[in-house]
Amino acid sequence: MSVIDVREAVTQAHHEEWARVVASLTRRFGDLDIAEEAAAEAFATAVQRWPADGVPPNPGAWLTITANRKAIDRIRRENKRDDKQNEAQLLYDDDPPEPAGAIDDERLRLIFTCCHPALAMETRVALTLRMVAGLTVPEIARAFLVQETAMGQRITRAKAKIKAARIPYRVPSAEDLPARVSGVLAVLFLVFNEGYLATGPDTDPVRHDLIAEAIRLTRLIRALMPEDGEVAGLLALMLLTEARRTARVSAGGELVTLVEQDRGTWDSALIAEGHRLVRERLAARVAPGRYQILAAISAVHTSARDVRDTDWSQIVALYDQLVRIDPSPIIALNRAIAVAEIDGPEVALAAVDHLEDKLAGYHAYHATRADLLRRLGRSHKSRAAYDKAIELAGNTAEIAALTRRRDQLG
Amino acid sequence: MQYLVSVIDDTAGLATPDEMAAIDVFNDRLKAEGHWVFAGGLGAPSSATVIDNRGEEAIFTDGPFVESKEYLAGFWIMEAADLDVALTLAAEGSKACNRKLEVRPFL
Repeated sequence: MSVIDVREAVTQAHHEEWARVVASLTRRFGDLDIAEEAAAEAFATAVQRWPADGVPPNPGAWLTITANRKAIDRIRRENKRDDKQNEAQLLYDDDPPEPAGAIDDERLRLIFTCCHPALAMETRVALTLRMVAGLTVPEIARAFLVQETAMGQRITRAKAKIKAARIPYRVPSAEDLPARVSGVLAVLFLVFNEGYLATGPDTDPVRHDLIAEAIRLTRLIRALMPEDGEVAGLLALMLLTEARRTARVSAGGELVTLVEQDRGTWDSALIAEGHRLVRERLAARVAPGRYQILAAISAVHTSARDVRDTDWSQIVALYDQLVRIDPSPIIALNRAIAVAEIDGPEVALAAVDHLEDKLAGYHAYHATRADLLRRLGRSHKSRAAYDKAIELAGNTAEIAALTRRRDQLG
Repeated sequence: MQYLVSVIDDTAGLATPDEMAAIDVFNDRLKAEGHWVFAGGLGAPSSATVIDNRGEEAIFTDGPFVESKEYLAGFWIMEAADLDVALTLAAEGSKACNRKLEVRPFL
């Protein structure tokens, strides 16, 4: 087996097995820190040994056994220092056995623990990327433009809190499940969005690594909780967004709006998969949540091979549905953009102007106003709105597109 | 596992009769379900005295050790299997006493 093949085997094992190894060690030893360290050591051993010994027939089992040994070695070392405390740690596993047929994948426990509501949102994101996705601390630090030491401390503190406060390692009860699942989805959506519209002057405008991780984790949760509508909705939303990736940034590095995108470059396989998920949720006949409605809106857009075929009234109807469950001003802003296509920019502008109090600090509010004012021929006001949008925007490709539009004003 | 559940207050007033009644109901439940360890309300921060006897002689200082708008008005010590149980109880406790609570594990 060539070096490249072995390297690929390690990468693939890392993708497929990391979360499983960390999860099963956490379950056995009741300690995230031990699990993380032992898993990392097991993968490092694989990198050393597999090129000479060959890739084992069952890489997952090999990694789990190796990581278990590493964990026991560490505990023995520490036991010599402090017997009682670590003995207690080894025994801590008081979960009752799961009833058959329940969602019992250990990776789910891991995900719910990392996304626990007693942890700050940014901590949940960091911990999920480290423990579940297997990103290294430097990778996560780079992704969020944080110093490596600061990111390391954030993760260390989180692990210490989970242990000291005894954040449980289990899938929440049926009664708490919907709220907790939505907490997990919020983490994944945040990772996806940071990839989709990366902020910061020195980052790529689109962070494929973060997008890929978010989709991979959402696929995992979808596989573990196939009945959950919002999980399906979020996955569909991500796929339908990702399908338009190549069309979103021009050769010149500018963000291209949905209306102007070359639809021929959209990824038809991802669109088909996204549409399948949306249809599945429609067939379920259960009142959809936020992600399912957003996915449905995306499905309407991606169904139109030509922008002129877009069913805008369907989109406005979906936004109306969304406003009822999520009366946020950002949803209202997006609704107004769709309204402009049916009732014209004048009507839309009136709706947008209503949102000034709440959205004056949000670049998309000003960008939307600028566009509507431009369409109404009010160049002077449009220019001022573009200026404000450029000042507030953080994404380099978006700034480039806004700047060009402003400079094209007559 | 034991948790200290602190009552955070930023008003001068004591608990109203309605709040007291709700707290009693909540306490009865804690006892019935085996979560009760201890609870108590505290006098105003201005009634506190700080003692420092690390040096030659004990020094007494009038007033709380930290001046802040929010202060500790009382606390529970609860027995709970894990943080989820403690947080569920604290959420009900917060409703009952009509104050913010902080949940913190004992070592």
